[in-house]
Amino acid sequence: MRSTVAALLAKDLALELRTGESVPAMVLFSVTTYVVFHFGLDRDTVAGDLASGVLWVTVLFAAILGVNRLFVSEHEQGGFDGFLLAPVDRTALFVAKAIALFGFLCVVELVAVPAFALLLLGPPAGQALPELVLVLALANAGIAVTGTLVAALAIQTRARDLVVPLLVLPLLVPVVLAAARATTPLLAQGGAQPLAGDWLAVLGLYDLVFALIAYAVFDFLLED
Amino acid sequence: MPTTDHAVVLRGAGRRFGERAALRDVSLELEPGRTLVVFGPNGAGKTTLLRMLATLLRPHAGEVRVLGCALPDGGYAVRGRIGFLGHEALLYRELTGRENLRFHARLHGVARTRVEAVLDAVGMRARADDAVAQLSRGMVQRLAIARAVLHDPELLLLDEPLANLDPAAAAQVEPLIGRTSGRTRVLTSHDPAGGLAGADLALGLRGGRAALVGAAAQVRPEQIAELYA
Repeated sequence: MRSTVAALLAKDLALELRTGESVPAMVLFSVTTYVVFHFGLDRDTVAGDLASGVLWVTVLFAAILGVNRLFVSEHEQGGFDGFLLAPVDRTALFVAKAIALFGFLCVVELVAVPAFALLLLGPPAGQALPELVLVLALANAGIAVTGTLVAALAIQTRARDLVVPLLVLPLLVPVVLAAARATTPLLAQGGAQPLAGDWLAVLGLYDLVFALIAYAVFDFLLED
Repeated sequence: MPTTDHAVVLRGAGRRFGERAALRDVSLELEPGRTLVVFGPNGAGKTTLLRMLATLLRPHAGEVRVLGCALPDGGYAVRGRIGFLGHEALLYRELTGRENLRFHARLHGVARTRVEAVLDAVGMRARADDAVAQLSRGMVQRLAIARAVLHDPELLLLDEPLANLDPAAAAQVEPLIGRTSGRTRVLTSHDPAGGLAGADLALGLRGGRAALVGAAAQVRPEQIAELYA
């Protein structure tokens, strides 16, 4: 399966580098949203739970753009059939797409998080950067797993743009909740506080449960 | 596991899309190395039949065996032994022909040297580094043929394989997908004389039903023409 996942990932990376259909749109959306928040909140800086909420809601909505486009090339250019005709484990497609979405989110956050710090964040976040990266990674994994599952389901429908947010937003509420709670002490007004370990555990548990669910049902989503 | 000597066996095979039966009660047997040509007007069920044999559609009725494996359960075992050429090229438009074929080669566990060999065989090596979106329909069809035979399949399922090809290109791909390839073939055609000439067995579909099944040598082009009347 490793070779199949690698082939699918290389193909997705090549397509994204050539078309720039997902990551640039996600980055632009994130930065623009932070600019809008900067003016909309009528304050120069935010901290604590407000900062955490703004950060994660923006990341979540940016992720939806990526989720929406995750299987478009497969659907529109016959990639599903090409894959299904090969004697390979179908779960490889799920794994490759989830890794691709995880990677896209990481690249987006490389731009979006500094933009957030520059445009909105009051307290310096540099001190808590390793902890923040850990929260981002766990939350990205949850978004990638659930997002891939929903994308595979939604691509079969005519109203993909509607189905994705309708399904993915409720399913990702636990991720946003846990990620925001875990991030709040890191962005506290008086400087970074210790990381909330229990919320990290919630994120980890969510990732594990949804990865198992996705593993169990993904094949059925590809069935005719 | 193989349980029959026939490459393709259909016994009362059927397939629905919702309430509509796209294929009903189709029965035939095709021996290895032989060619079955399928005729029928648009919507008769030709593409459905090919996609079912390719394991892309599950049969809803009857028995379907491909290369000795019963479908849909044996789909995984037989997939790597089937080459499928449908209406869509199954190629990514933004990738080059070579990148597309290398991608499919990795999925099928085929060496890169085979990619170069099939590019040569379809006469596309000179344009192999152009994005598929920049190629003519005939060139895309040649790449699609290269993709279909990349893993040297035993059974070829070809939906109007020579569409968009000029005579020279059609002659060039003959050793890959033609009668001389030695592979078992199931192909669709709208050309009674040409289709029958290159086939051993003929199937005429109308409204999803087998209106005509027989040895190609004994079927007259007029009988095929009646399917379209």
